[in-house]
Amino acid sequence: MSRPTPWRESLIRATSGICAASALFFLFAVLAVMFVFAWPSIIFNGWHFLWGVPWSIGNLYGGNFVVHNGIEAPQGAEYGMLVFLVGTVLTSLIALVVAVPVSLGVAVFLTEVAPARLAAAVGVLVELLSGVPSVVFGLWGVEVVAPLVGHGLGIFLTRTLGFIPFFAGPVGTGVGLLSAGLVLAVMIIPIIAAISRDILARVPRDMKEQGLALGVTRWELVRTIVLPYARSGIIGAVVLGLGRAMGETMAVLMVSGSAINILPHNVYSPVGTMAANIVALLDSAMTDSTGMAVHALAELALALFMITLIVNLLVPVVTSGVNIIAGTVPGAGGEKH
Amino acid sequence: MNGKTSAGRRMKNHLLTVLVVVAALACLVPLVDIVWIVAAKGLAAMSWSLLTTVTSGVAGGLANAISGTILLVVLALVFAAPLGIIGGLFLSEFASTRVAWFLRQGIDILNGVPSIVLGYFGYVTMVEWLGWGFSLLAGAITLTMVMLPYIMRAAEIAMTRVPRGWREASLALGATHSTTAFRIVLRGALPGTLTGLIIAVGRAMGETAPLIYTAGWSNYMPTASLTHSPVGYLTYVVWTFIEEPFASAHALAYAAALILMLMVLAFNVGGRLLLKRRAL
Repeated sequence: MSRPTPWRESLIRATSGICAASALFFLFAVLAVMFVFAWPSIIFNGWHFLWGVPWSIGNLYGGNFVVHNGIEAPQGAEYGMLVFLVGTVLTSLIALVVAVPVSLGVAVFLTEVAPARLAAAVGVLVELLSGVPSVVFGLWGVEVVAPLVGHGLGIFLTRTLGFIPFFAGPVGTGVGLLSAGLVLAVMIIPIIAAISRDILARVPRDMKEQGLALGVTRWELVRTIVLPYARSGIIGAVVLGLGRAMGETMAVLMVSGSAINILPHNVYSPVGTMAANIVALLDSAMTDSTGMAVHALAELALALFMITLIVNLLVPVVTSGVNIIAGTVPGAGGEKH
Repeated sequence: MNGKTSAGRRMKNHLLTVLVVVAALACLVPLVDIVWIVAAKGLAAMSWSLLTTVTSGVAGGLANAISGTILLVVLALVFAAPLGIIGGLFLSEFASTRVAWFLRQGIDILNGVPSIVLGYFGYVTMVEWLGWGFSLLAGAITLTMVMLPYIMRAAEIAMTRVPRGWREASLALGATHSTTAFRIVLRGALPGTLTGLIIAVGRAMGETAPLIYTAGWSNYMPTASLTHSPVGYLTYVVWTFIEEPFASAHALAYAAALILMLMVLAFNVGGRLLLKRRAL
């Protein structure tokens, strides 16, 4: 048997280290390139980018250019991301309001209520369906959810909750904020439910048995023992779902209506989100000869990157047990790594 | 015990059961509905010629998109699999606790980056700056960034599960650290690693946002060239053709969605079966 010499040993270590660092390399490359590429827009738009409503590439045909802070752009060009930020936050918020109770219910159902065999079957089904491509969710949103909101749910909501301004009509076609939020909810329920289930399953058996020995009902067991024990892990799962919802592109693009220049005035209004509108606006942005429109979209992408980065960094802070990826690796059961 | 409280407690208990069953239904009904609609409308649109002809306008077939999807994912796998598996080996076998922690943070953050941001990065760097244009290589490298974190972490998790005794036995026989890593740990972790790879492939097939501005779209079969030649893929058909007002476009969108779902499902089920059958 030939024994590897020490230099071979260190070469192998170094090579495998480089492979492991490739993810970090990609991450910094993305961050650096987006920052450099967004720089002209950062200078041109200044802080106004963060709270400005209009998003306009300006007049491309007049041949007139304006120079602002030393950067050239077509006359009338103005970029603010507030509409997209609001769209991202509101669609994700609706998704969470719907998805969190349902996911927790599913997790409790699978761990505490359902017979073992049914729980296993439903669990596998939920896991498998978490792999459905987001364009397919979008397709379903266009064909089922938007018409449902436009012709049924929206009208029902205006009648029952119409006294709250944000729920009052007009309902419109159904393509908009509510549909986008509902489709997002359906997309993140399997993620939050699967991780919550793994966390609930880890509640120590003897803790539950002590409770049952004291004569508590299942409701009391869940409320006073299981959920409090699993709280930090569940919060982690919810934050993870929020990160996914904020970054989701295709499904939202297909059912949100891709609004620009106008803030949503009710829950049925068309909205644009940061992720979806990068796709929606890039084609037209390429026609800007000064390149400012493409730089502004890069700044939008950079801002989206930063927001999801902060949300994802919160996951290990608010929880000690869940891991972003480990929770979705089959057989790993979301345990500590 | 006070009978009144007892009745209240029992009712609450029944309420819990009802609520969680409703939640389970609320979770399953939309998912079943999605599968149902895609299966019904997709099957109605399916035909043999769909699989063998290329797209023309908003009609024709999907041969170009199917082969494009496979090409993009296979090429991305060629990049991501070695990086991910050997990187996972480093995390599990060679890295110090602190270095491993630091690298894991990077991997998890990359995993959380919205795929459209990766797509925009691919557009700016490869399509524009390097001048490759919409191309197979730009699309595949962008997909690599999507697949890499999952493959690396799945591999690492599989490797940390290889029993410590196996490593000790190997070292006791005089094998070096790296020989042990490659001959014992890598081999022992093969089922879990393969499962990670297969699930990553399934995910990559369903991606759209990283490809729109890197791979572009083409009505023709993919060419042999890595750059300067756009590639069609299935998710593009689902996204754009459902917005068209023509019946032929809708049929194509549903057929593409059905093929996608079947491919993704096959990979998901296959990966999980593999893990179950050959689990450590």
